[in-house]
Order: sequence, then C-alpha cells, then structure tokens
Amino acid sequence: MSLKSNLMMALFLAAAPTAAWAGTIAPDDVKFEEETIVMSLTGEPGDAARGREVFVNRKLGNCLACHVNAEIKEQLFHGEVGPPLDGVADRWEVPELRAIVVNSKIILGDETIMPSFYRVKNGARTAEKFEGKTILSAQDVEDVVAYLGTLKE
Amino acid sequence: MNLIRKSMVVGGVIGLSLTMGLAAQADPDEDQLIIDGQEIVTEVTAAPDSPFETLYSGWRYRSDETQSLQADDFENPAFGAVDQAIEQFEVVEGAAGKSCASCHEGGAEEFAGLRAKLPRWNAEIGKPETLEHIINECRTERMQAEPWKWEAKAMLGMTALIGLQSRGMPVDVQTDGEMTPWFQKGKDLYYTRVGQLDMSCSNCHEDNSGNMIRADHLSQGQINGFPVYRLKWNGLGSIHRRFKGCMDNIRAKPYKRGSDEFVALELYVASRGQGLSVETPAVRN
Ligand code: HEC
Ligand code: HEC
Ligand code: HEC
Repeated sequence: MSLKSNLMMALFLAAAPTAAWAGTIAPDDVKFEEETIVMSLTGEPGDAARGREVFVNRKLGNCLACHVNAEIKEQLFHGEVGPPLDGVADRWEVPELRAIVVNSKIILGDETIMPSFYRVKNGARTAEKFEGKTILSAQDVEDVVAYLGTLKE
Repeated sequence: MNLIRKSMVVGGVIGLSLTMGLAAQADPDEDQLIIDGQEIVTEVTAAPDSPFETLYSGWRYRSDETQSLQADDFENPAFGAVDQAIEQFEVVEGAAGKSCASCHEGGAEEFAGLRAKLPRWNAEIGKPETLEHIINECRTERMQAEPWKWEAKAMLGMTALIGLQSRGMPVDVQTDGEMTPWFQKGKDLYYTRVGQLDMSCSNCHEDNSGNMIRADHLSQGQINGFPVYRLKWNGLGSIHRRFKGCMDNIRAKPYKRGSDEFVALELYVASRGQGLSVETPAVRN
C-alpha cells in the first residue's frame, strides 16, 4: 500500500465513527412544512444542557447578544435587539422554534435582524473563513432547540 | 445607566419587552460634554431627510468613566499621540528636505475647520479625499517622503492633531454635486446586509441604537470623534479601522482601508452626523 492510500484509509477510518452523520440533513435539503421543521436535523433528539452552552457561547449561538433570558442569570449582560426569550416555548412549538433557528427569515420575515443559523446562503461578502458554512452545525441546532423547548413559564 | 441596566437584567425584570421600535427606553444619557470651558454639541436636531429625529454623539452612550476620560485633556489618553504629532510636524523628512512646518508656518492651527468638512471633493483626482489622503499627498508630492500607512502611529497622531483644531465645530460635509454618486454608494453600503450573520450597518446603528447588544450600548455609529482612542485597542484607531472591525464582527470580508468603498462609506456616515461637534480625539471603550 502506498503512503497515500494509507493516509486515505486512516482518514476513512477516522470518519467512520461519525457514521450517524449520514442521517444529518444538509442545510439545502431542509424541508419546511408551513413554516415549521418537523424532523430533527440529526434524526436524534437534542441535548438541552449542551444547548444552553450553545446559546451563551459567543462563537456559536451568541443568542444572549440579542436576547434577554432570565434563566441564564449567571451571565451579566443580555442584549435587547430581539425580544426576551423567557417562556418562548409557551409561544412557539418545537418545530416552529427549529424553523426560527434554522432560517429566521421563513417565520419572522425577510427583514428580521435575527441571523439564520443553518443556512448557507447568507449576506454578500461573507469572510472566506465562513464561506459556504452554516453558523451552527445540525447538532448545535438540535441542542439549542431542545434547550428553547425547556423555556416555559 | 449601565449599572441600572445590569441590575435590571440580573434581577430579571422581564415583561419590559425592550424590543426594536421601543428604543426610546434606552436612550443615550443626559450628560453634557464640556472640555476646557468649551461646550461640545453631542445632541442636535436631525435634518428632515435623516432617519433619526435627534443625532447623538457616541460619547452619550458610553459609561461615566469612559466619558470623563474625554472631558479632560489631561486624562484623555489620546493626547500623548497628539503631543508627538506636534513634534513630528517639525521633523524634516524626504528628499525635498522639508518638514510640515516648512510650508505650514502657522502650525497645525492652520487647519482649523478642515476636519468638519471631510471627506471633501478633490477635483484633481476626481474623487473625494480623506484626511489621510491629504497628509500623504503632502508627504509624497511635496516632501518626497514615503507615505504613512493608514494605521501607522505617525498618521494617527497627525490626524488627531489636525482634527483637534476643529474640535467644537459642526460637521458639515458636502453631499451634493460631484459628491452625489459617492454619497449614494456609501448609502447603499450602509444598508446592504453582509457577512455570515447577514446584517447591515443600519441593523445595529439605526434600528437598534440605544439598545444593548450583549455588553455594548449601541450608538448611532457616528464618526465625529475620529481618530478615537479606544481602550480596547490601547491606542488610536482610524475610521476605517472601526468600519473593518464592525464588518469582521458580522463575519463579512471588510474593504481595504482607504478603498473607494470605505471612502464612500466615510462620506455617507459623516453626513449622518451633520451638525454634531467634531470631538477629535474622542475616547471609547
Ligand atoms: C443579531 C441579533 C440576534 C441574535 C444573535 C439572535 N436573535 Fe433571535 N431574534 C432577534 C430578533 C430581532 C427577533 C425578533 C424578530 C423580529 O422582530 O424580526 C428574534 C426572535 C427570536 C425568536 C422568536 C421569539 C418570540 O418570542 O417570538 C426566537 C425563538 C429566537 N429569536 C431565538 C434565538 C436563538 C436561539 C438565538 C441563538 C442561536 C438567537 N435568537 C439569536 C435577534 C437575534
Ligand atoms: C512643500 C510644502 C509643503 C509641505 C512640506 C507640506 N505641505 Fe501640506 N500643503 C501644502 C500645500 C501647497 C497645500 C495645498 C494648499 C493649501 O490648501 O494650503 C497643503 C495642504 C495641506 C493640508 C490641507 C489644508 C486645507 O485646509 O485644505 C493639510 C492638512 C496639510 N497640507 C498637512 C500637511 C502635513 C501634516 C505635512 C507634513 C507631514 C505637510 N502638509 C507638508 C504644502 C506643503
Ligand atoms: C452587529 C452590530 C453591528 C453592526 C452590524 C455594525 N456595528 Fe458598528 N458598532 C457596533 C458596536 C457594538 C459598536 C460599539 C458601541 C457603539 O458605539 O455602538 C460599534 C461602533 C461603531 C462606530 C464607532 C462609534 C463611535 O462613537 O466611536 C462606528 C463609526 C461604527 N460602528 C460604524 C459601523 C458601520 C459603518 C457599520 C457597517 C459597515 C457597522 N458599524 C456595523 C455594532 C455593530
């Protein structure tokens, strides 16, 4: 075996354990049904505890930049660009919340300032590093949606 | 203001619904800026074609501590660079064997009023010119010296020194005539959504000025204080550096400093502050 095919083999093996990805829906294949996304993007339920981290993390959801969320008291600064998300699960069903996070424009309208977190086509001049990429992975989206689902009053 | 807001959030006062459109609830503070007995206009009624009713300097959105640094030239950390620029003004450089002072015998004071009018039309090159362009033209054409880099210490100090001569004068840039297409181009850039986050300048500085974005109190994004000393930068920075930073934050590919795009944007943003006092060198966090 040449060095090259050895390498290929190694890469293939490294990828194998994440075969669950096969069930992941790619951004362009997401199906909206009347402004909702019914199916989990990963085919699995999300992890709400991790979703809470995605929500806070400035490099991931950074949702706190724009939203007040009383449940996250330990963080001092909450933004006011969007509405407070307290009790958001009383206002929206999970398939709707998933649609909002994936592509806010579908439900909230084209003018909304809220970013679309699982959409490849974004604004012009996207920095090279982020070109063709979604802000969140399918797993991140499912986790954050699971977390939003816990925000009841 | 910030402290009150902080405790509101921590205490979880919800139902207050600080959404867009209710920006009035988070207006800038009421403080007045007086430097050395001179009143700096930080609030002015906007022209009818402005998206705002009232224009506010970015100073009005900053914390008391940051504000006070700008209110006293002895505390203002930008003045170190200003003092250096006063010395630089006398330094002979370039093949022509001249310093700035060789020709501008009155010193930087000769340039009172200039900052308020920039960018301005330059008929020779058929484009608007910024203060950086003007200075570098003197360096290359008249001194036969190397141009300064846009963000070089010497350039920032000199633009601060020259801008300071207009402190307190109202911003008054030309937007009609030859400037029209540049103004229009700047306006288009201002309202175009860019980057992975798909946002425009207006989304933050118009739709949400007065609101908090995480720990930052969003201002109208005025440029009347530039170059500003930013505590985060630990030094002075140009207008175009700030534009670049805002574009980086929304994961957009910024234009180059000094590019036609940023010059057009500078013109348009300057025009959104017509009537505010020049504050150079301002202090921001
Ligand atoms: C740049 C600001 C911004 C960021 C970042 C942001 N949002 Fe939003 N969001 C908004 C705005 C603005 C609205 C209100 C819709 C409108 O008026 O356009 C909104 C609305 C929502 C709604 C609907 C709320 C309701 O009660 O109707 C949900 C749910 C939501 N956002 C979740 C999130 C989550 C989860 C994240 C992080 C993954 C996030 N947002 C990040 C700005 C933002
Ligand atoms: C050889 C002479 C010469 C030297 C040296 C020189 N300048 Fe100039 N400068 C001029 C002339 C000529 C003009 C254009 C005529 C005018 O407006 O005064 C000018 C214009 C300017 C202007 C615009 C003035 C206005 O109100 O329109 C500024 C600012 C300026 N120079 C700054 C500088 C600085 C800073 C230096 C040193 C780095 C410098 N100049 C060196 C000759 C010189
Ligand atoms: C995601 C929100 C956001 C967007 C979009 C944005 N900015 Fe900013 N900008 C900020 C924040 C936060 C600050 C610092 C606080 C303040 O002054 O608003 C700032 C500061 C500024 C300042 C400094 C103001 C001062 O008083 O010193 C200027 C100028 C500015 N922005 C221009 C722009 C321009 C031009 C664009 C579009 C290319 C833009 N911004 C896009 C968030 C944004």
